[in-house]
Amino acid sequence: MEYISLFVKSIFVDNMIFAYFLGMCSYLAVSKNVKTATGLGLAVIFVLLVTLPINYLLNEYVLKPGALAWAGMPDVDLSFLSFIIFIAVIAAIVQIVEMVVEKFAPALYSQLGIFLPLIAVNCAILGASLFMQEKDFINVGEATVYALGSGIGWFLAIVALAAIREKLTYSHIPAPLRGLGITFITVGLMGIAFMTFMGIQL
Amino acid sequence: MNTNSNTYTVIYSVILVVVVAVVLAFTAMTLQPAQETNVKVETISKILTSVGLYDAESGMTNDQILKAYSDNIKEAVLVNAEGNVVGKMQTEAKNIELKGNSDLKLQSTLIKKASEGDAAAKAEIALPVYIFNIDGQDVPVVPCYGAGLWGPIWGYLAFEGDMNTIEGAVFDHKGETPGLGAEIATNWFRNNFTGKKIYNAEGEFTSVKVVKGGAAEDDINGVDAISGGTITSQALEKAIKSWLEAYVPYFETLKAVEE
Amino acid sequence: MSDLKNTFLYPIFKGNPISVLVLGICSALAVTVQLKGACVMALSVIVVTGMSSLIVSLLRNTIPNRIRIIVQLVVVAMMVILVDQVLKAYAYSVSKTLSVYIGLIITNCIVMGRIEAFALGNKPLASLIDGLGNGAGYGLILIIVAFFRELFGSGTLFGFRIIPESFYELGYMNNGLMILPPMALILLGCIIWVQRSIQKDLQEK
Repeated sequence: MEYISLFVKSIFVDNMIFAYFLGMCSYLAVSKNVKTATGLGLAVIFVLLVTLPINYLLNEYVLKPGALAWAGMPDVDLSFLSFIIFIAVIAAIVQIVEMVVEKFAPALYSQLGIFLPLIAVNCAILGASLFMQEKDFINVGEATVYALGSGIGWFLAIVALAAIREKLTYSHIPAPLRGLGITFITVGLMGIAFMTFMGIQL
Repeated sequence: MNTNSNTYTVIYSVILVVVVAVVLAFTAMTLQPAQETNVKVETISKILTSVGLYDAESGMTNDQILKAYSDNIKEAVLVNAEGNVVGKMQTEAKNIELKGNSDLKLQSTLIKKASEGDAAAKAEIALPVYIFNIDGQDVPVVPCYGAGLWGPIWGYLAFEGDMNTIEGAVFDHKGETPGLGAEIATNWFRNNFTGKKIYNAEGEFTSVKVVKGGAAEDDINGVDAISGGTITSQALEKAIKSWLEAYVPYFETLKAVEE
Repeated sequence: MSDLKNTFLYPIFKGNPISVLVLGICSALAVTVQLKGACVMALSVIVVTGMSSLIVSLLRNTIPNRIRIIVQLVVVAMMVILVDQVLKAYAYSVSKTLSVYIGLIITNCIVMGRIEAFALGNKPLASLIDGLGNGAGYGLILIIVAFFRELFGSGTLFGFRIIPESFYELGYMNNGLMILPPMALILLGCIIWVQRSIQKDLQEK
């Protein structure tokens, strides 16, 4: 039950884009059409699902104050290293995933491949790890569910924006507002729509 | 030099990692005491606010806050679920011991489990009580902690000698909606609690109730809810109730001593 | 000398990283509810972009090409951790409101973007100036957005009351919408609108 609640909450209520603005750069840059947006969205879900559990375990057994108790060092606090470790894990995983996918699933690679390098510097991925650290999940299961939920939330957001932007090309927008300006305002309005989910408790 | 050879790359990365690790470890070690004091001072300033010894606008320095705490506190104890004192915490300015938010979170889960009938969890409960001595009167301060809308919310309640009337309260939150739920951290909301009682007129424990639309003048257990912040208000009511319930046995022993 | 001045000023107005290049928006918006947080964030980004550009530029001839990106990431992450640690020690309340967003400077595209595009091929001093300029351009937008959000959302600036009590008595209300996250995006859209109305050559299509 708690998993379902966490899942739904991380998709709608704590939406990475609309509630925290994470992963905005690629969100705005790659949302011009639905097809590429879907590709990037899937890649984000995938990378989140792989990196978050790993970072969770690292945080739990290496970085947290007292986490090294299993190695006989209960007083060591390495939490100041967490940023650098998380980003290194993300960069490394993205690299490995890219190579594995290229070797074993060329069809998938041709769809996701070009997006993978972009993802290493996508704030949504690092952001999810940092939120994971703040939220103090009880076990790896929760962290994984959170990763899946945030990923799907991000995916929905980018596909929705891409669909709107495809339609926007046909409208008459004041010249200075064209492109970036109107996109920001659209995302803002979508965010207000998403706020309806606020306060939903399951 | 060939900067693309394997040996060079490996040596380069090793040196880089070592240098970065040394720089970071050094900074972290140097700044750690200051960071720990900050966390401690924050908790202390909250506790002091509930008994009226601290005001966020007074601009007290960290040292002054620590001193104000140790000068006015009588003792800080830990009590178990039966209401017996099971431990003491240091109160000297140099070496103040506290139960911070991570401890409160742990106790919060224990209280929840205990209320569901988990005997092992009940036996582990050790709740902090900070007993101040203000103008010759004992003023016990107890914390509460729970989940708000977005993240944890917590607070401290100071009681008068009858262990019934609230003398002062203070609340804080991690990330409630600004302007709505976040209002629990404001002075108007916390002053709401002053003078309210946690037992009803018949002497039964009821905790405080957050009343939507404003509490009636003669409602001794009710406080005004935050308009637009219903979920946070209710979450706070729940947190206060579950924590105070856990303290009731201790309050009863205090009252028995008084009589 | 005028070259350096240009390097500094260009990214603040004409080539602003946020409103023109669309870089680093992630962390830009969530910290703009209050002016104070926005200023600290702006300052942190200026320090990080400036210093990491400087360091990478000093190292530029020694970095093995194959691990270039990782080396840059490590340098940036190191700077960010330093900033985070210092804030936690000396500006605790602000660092609490900024929470994870300080950490997210690491993935702020401005930092990596400037290192990759400028610092790797230029002298240390020029890189430092370029980094500082880009950080300042980013900070400027942050502060403008925060100014409007705090003024209309809470009626205060830096926590001091600006809109007088008498206004409230006449029925004026704080605009609660301003404090909510989506308003930051809409404000940013408006800033871009204004900027592109003035600088016509930036308009798309």
